[in-house]
Amino acid sequence: MHAFNYHKASSVADATAKLAASDDSRLLAGGQTLIAAMKMRLSAPADVIDLGGIAELRGIKVEGSSITIGAMTTHAAVASSKEVAKAIPALALLAASIGDPMVRNMGTIGGSVANNDPAADYPAALVGLGATVLTSKRKIAADQFFTGMYETALEPGEIITAVSFPVPKRAGYMKFKNPASRYAMVGVFVAEGTSGVRVAATGAGPSVFRIADMEKALGKSFSADAVRGIKVPAANLNTDIHATAEYRAHLVTVMAQRAVEQALGK
Amino acid sequence: MPVRLSMTVNGKPVSADVESRTLLVDFIRDTLRLTGTHIGCDTAQCGACTIHMNGAAVKCCNMLAVQAQGSTVLTIEGLAKADGTMHPMQAAFRDHHGLQCGYCTPGMVMSAIDLLKRHPHPSEEQIRAELDGNLCRCTGYHNIVKAVQAAAKA
Repeated sequence: MHAFNYHKASSVADATAKLAASDDSRLLAGGQTLIAAMKMRLSAPADVIDLGGIAELRGIKVEGSSITIGAMTTHAAVASSKEVAKAIPALALLAASIGDPMVRNMGTIGGSVANNDPAADYPAALVGLGATVLTSKRKIAADQFFTGMYETALEPGEIITAVSFPVPKRAGYMKFKNPASRYAMVGVFVAEGTSGVRVAATGAGPSVFRIADMEKALGKSFSADAVRGIKVPAANLNTDIHATAEYRAHLVTVMAQRAVEQALGK
Repeated sequence: MPVRLSMTVNGKPVSADVESRTLLVDFIRDTLRLTGTHIGCDTAQCGACTIHMNGAAVKCCNMLAVQAQGSTVLTIEGLAKADGTMHPMQAAFRDHHGLQCGYCTPGMVMSAIDLLKRHPHPSEEQIRAELDGNLCRCTGYHNIVKAVQAAAKA
């Protein structure tokens, strides 16, 4: 790992000031991706700004028909939260499926969302539930947030403070795990809310995407059968040593059916 | 730029000046000379470096020492009593031969203790799922699971 200057931020305002003072900095959340990337020298920032000491970024709040999760809340905290399990059980299950117990004790929702790994789980939940990303500057709808592989709508100097999820009528998330990394080869999040049905797939393409045909079909009939015959085109999906684009396209349909069944409590 | 680091490790306060890029596992092994915590894969997959920070299991090869600033750390050396009496999990691993070469054992024991805190009466399936982040390259999982089951009853 290359040497860097370490800065511990005491508040979001302090972190923003520290970001502004550096030409080459990275924010450190749980570090489960960043530290590994720095060890391999894929990332070598001059300044690392640690958000770990900012209490205002942690915690889970239920407010009316939404649940707001602070950016520095760990996957373990979301997975074991009674409030999340009651309001959006699929979200608690998703958090419990990330990495392994030790990774979940360090990794955070804000870090995962900001990184936008094409195979990360949280982007599917954000887009599937129609969540809102709250930042130090504004509110960004999930549909506009994830812009491409490892790319988001975040501007330089902007810090995610929380993610707000509307509580759906029902939701489900199923993923086919890469057995080594536990990242999603394909993960599909399905939710039926007040504004209709949303279906989001992660792991399959360069970035999370919605599947309009499945949303339409589930809007008419919320059942696994409704999506059984719907295939996404393989043309824009990922191919790597683990799976071809065609296989990922097949998995999208299978995972969507299982996610619907989970949402129905089957 | 060195950072003044202070934490409590196995009940004792420690402090040192470290480079900001120092990994927690290197601080534990090289500075504190607590070499029971192993480096296996060095990529946060194998779990040989598992320790407890503020009561939660973490992989200390994938975090900076400064991320543990002010925290309470427990390593494998902190489990046994001062008179040498082993922790029930250590005793269970010995009794059920929950190890072959022993390299993964410190991490397995630390993870297993964390597992029982969250699931005091785990099923075999739960034990296998919760030990997801610990790899035994001797593939000695069967006796490891037996040891955890026995420790849960101890």
